[in-house]
Formats: sequence, C-alpha cells, structure tokens
Amino acid sequence: MSVKTDWKPTIVAFCCNWCSYAGADLSGTNRLQYPANVKIIRIPCSCRLNPMFVLRAFQRGADGVILCGCHPGDCHYTTGNYYARRRMTLLFSMLDYLGIERDRTRVEWVSAAEGAKFAATMNEFVATVTALGENRRLEDLRCKA
Amino acid sequence: MQGVKQKALELLTGGKADRVLGWRRGETFYDPTPGVFASAEEVERDFVFDAFCGANLSKYLIALDRAEGVTAVFLKPCDSYSLVQLIKEHRIHREKVYIVGVACEGMCGYDALMKAGIEGVLSFEEEGDALKVHTLYGDTVIARKDALLSKCEHCKSKRIVTYDELLGEQGDEVADSGRFDEVARLEKMTPEDRFAFWQNELSRCIRCNACRNVCPACSCEKCVFDNPDSGIRNKAAADSFEENMFHIIRAFHVASRCTDCGECTRVCPQRIPLHLLNRKFIKDINELYGEYQAGADFDTRPALLNFQTGDCEPSIVHVRGGERA
Ligand code: SF4
Ligand code: SF4
Ligand code: FES
Repeated sequence: MSVKTDWKPTIVAFCCNWCSYAGADLSGTNRLQYPANVKIIRIPCSCRLNPMFVLRAFQRGADGVILCGCHPGDCHYTTGNYYARRRMTLLFSMLDYLGIERDRTRVEWVSAAEGAKFAATMNEFVATVTALGENRRLEDLRCKA
Repeated sequence: MQGVKQKALELLTGGKADRVLGWRRGETFYDPTPGVFASAEEVERDFVFDAFCGANLSKYLIALDRAEGVTAVFLKPCDSYSLVQLIKEHRIHREKVYIVGVACEGMCGYDALMKAGIEGVLSFEEEGDALKVHTLYGDTVIARKDALLSKCEHCKSKRIVTYDELLGEQGDEVADSGRFDEVARLEKMTPEDRFAFWQNELSRCIRCNACRNVCPACSCEKCVFDNPDSGIRNKAAADSFEENMFHIIRAFHVASRCTDCGECTRVCPQRIPLHLLNRKFIKDINELYGEYQAGADFDTRPALLNFQTGDCEPSIVHVRGGERA
C-alpha cells in the first residue's frame, strides 16, 4: 500500500454532549494535544448515533470513525449508551464481515472529567488509522475532490 | 394440498372471515402470487395452493388490518414467525386475523428445477414426495427435496407459532438446520477475500427494492431509501459505496426482528444471498446476547431493543476477529 508519509487521516469523532464533548473541551483548556484532523461532531447522547451516520462519515471522506459516550451506567438519559453499545457491536461486526478493516471503527467511554483520556484516545486512534492508510473499501469516489 | 382451497371456501361461505388471504394463480406455474379473495367465486376461479406457494403472506395483513372485519390467512410455519413478530410490534391486531396453519414439507422453486437441468417447463403435478414435470421435451420426475427453494433447504422450524386451526400436523423446531454454516465459512476467510466475495455479490444489485418490499420486518410507511436526499435512491453506476450502504442498512434495521423467513433472497432477481447478511446478525446476537429467535413468542424483547449492563464492548469484534485471522 502506498501511504505517503505526509498523509493524515480524517477522523470523525461522534461525541456525546454530556461527557466526551465536555471531555474534549477539558483536554483543550488543559492544553493537551490531539491531532487537528479529528473532526468532532456533537450528538445529544451516544445512542443518537444512527448506524447510517457512521457509513455516511466514511462516504464523505472519513478514514476512521470513533464514538465517545458516557461510561456505562452514567448516561445522562440512564440507558442510552447501553443500546448504543449493542448497536455498534453488531454494526462493527457486520463491517468486519463485509471485509472492511475493523480498526477503522472504535467506541470509547470518556467522561467530562477525562480530558487526558480523550486526548490519549484520539492520539492512539489516529496512529492506528494512519497505519491502515486511506479508507478505500467504504469510500465514495463521487464525494472525493 | 387440496384441503387449503376447500378451507378457503368454507371460511368465506361459513362467515368465519370477511376475506381470505391466499395465493392466486401467477403468470406461470412457478409464481403463484399473494391474493385477497372476497367471494367463493373468486376462490373457485383463481385460488391455488401447491408446491410453489413459497410466498410469505404475513406482510399483507398490515394493510388488511385497516379493513373492516376479519381476514383469514394461510400461514406456513416460517410465515407464522413473521406474523407473530408483526403482532408483537403492534402492526397487526391478533383479533383481526383468523389463522389457518398449514404444515409444510418445504416449498419448491424454479431455480432448483433449472439447476437440475429441467427446461421448458409447462406445468407440473405433485405425486407424493415427487414432482412430475411436463416440459416441452417430455415428462420428467424430480424429488421434492431436490426442488426446494433455497430458503427451505435450511428450514429452522416446522412449528406454527400461533393459529386458530391447523391443516396437517404441528411440527417442531429443526435442531440442526445448518443455517449458519455458510456464515461461519465466510467468517473464516481473510478480510480481503470477504471483501472480494461481497463486492462480487453486491455489485450485481440493481436496486429494484424487491428485498425491501417483500420483507415482513421491513414495513415502515416511509423508508429512508425513498428520501430524495439520501443519495441512495438509484443504482450507482460507478460506486460501490451505495451498495454497501443499502445492504448494511437494510440488514441492520431488521436485525433482531428478522425471523429468517428467507423471502428477501427468494425474490432477489439478481440471486444475491441476502440471507447471509441477516444470518450474520442472528448468529452474532445468539453468540453475544443469548439465543434469540424473532417471532418465536409474544413477549421476549428483541436483542437490539434490550440490553444487559454487563454486555460485551464493541471491541469484542477485534478480539473475535483476531482469533480467526
Ligand atoms: S430480512 Fe429477509 S429473511 Fe429477514 S424477515 Fe425480512 S424478508 Fe425475511
Ligand atoms: S432484491 Fe436483489 S437486486 Fe433488488 S434491491 Fe434487493 S438485493 Fe438488490
Ligand atoms: S448522555 Fe452521554 S451517552 Fe447517553
């Protein structure tokens, strides 16, 4: 695979408003670094993540998609993340079954107080996806410049 | 089975039902079509029930639920799972249907005849365990078990989940249907080979939507795929993304509600093995969240409408994936 050394993946991070979105904020105010190619999309709860959003992100050019939500048991709406957890498990498994690299998708629970975890998770995920290279199997050529 | 047509007549004339949902003669011998019969004359003229009546009638009851009175319906075992699932989802009122359960030994399909090299078929007769087929080139006989629809080759159950009366004997669940064997085989392949396999299959899709339209679990009034902004309304000539999107979402949105009735695969004009997508979800659900069969009863919750605090994390996909790589 010809991965140019200066190539940077596009990462879409769906973050729950009540926890990881605030966690991202905290990592910013603490001046913890995470790559600028992580695009955060705020959602009201992890269970707002329609599986279609994940696919759509890949279609529009994402190389990796990560969902961050409140820790199980801490969902602002009590049980949203439990449902999200099952959905994402089955969705990721299906992507794997279709032969799409399983390292392009991830779920991480990050609380509002875990600014450092947020930054570390993003750094790690960016490194993993960088190693994988560009998303070819779930791309839409019509959406590429 | 002759008794079915007789029963349809009896239900209409006896006033047990205001209409009967059954199968109507199709254009050819192998495609009897679902049909609604309001009078005994219509039944006499058009009603059929034979080895090629594979179509699952449950979905049509959604629309008929709004009609006055009671609809009588004939359900084979696997069709009864679909109906129970729909009743569970409040799409159909149980009291508005009169269910005649019909025992089933597997339904036949044209594909199997072609595979057996039988061409130019004009008509057929059922003779015990065999079909006597009249063709342009003379008569030939094929065992019923060799003429099955692909969905009937791995039948999961001969049990009719709910009924008001039965034609034939009640059956049992099939313990060793082998319906996940093919999924397991795919799981063992490398991601590259799987990707190639699915590209080959899905790239044939012409987006006719037959799989969506026939599915009893797929019965929203408005479908995301009909949204002009969805960008996936048409067959994409140049891009595989649409195919992946359509098929992942089609299978995902019926995950844990799909009864594995096999209708999607039966109707696909491109012979895409859609059941391998559905069964992947069913297999995962069984393995990760405990055995679950949609439509098998009236009260258990589908896996995706349920959770346990101790459920596995999505990273299990990596763990399991790692083992088989
Ligand atoms: S997805 Fe296919 S097998 Fe499942 S309920 Fe729908 S038509 Fe039947
Ligand atoms: S029935 Fe077959 S060809 Fe038609 S949309 Fe479904 S998968 Fe595609
Ligand atoms: S509110 Fe954060 S996951 Fe539900």
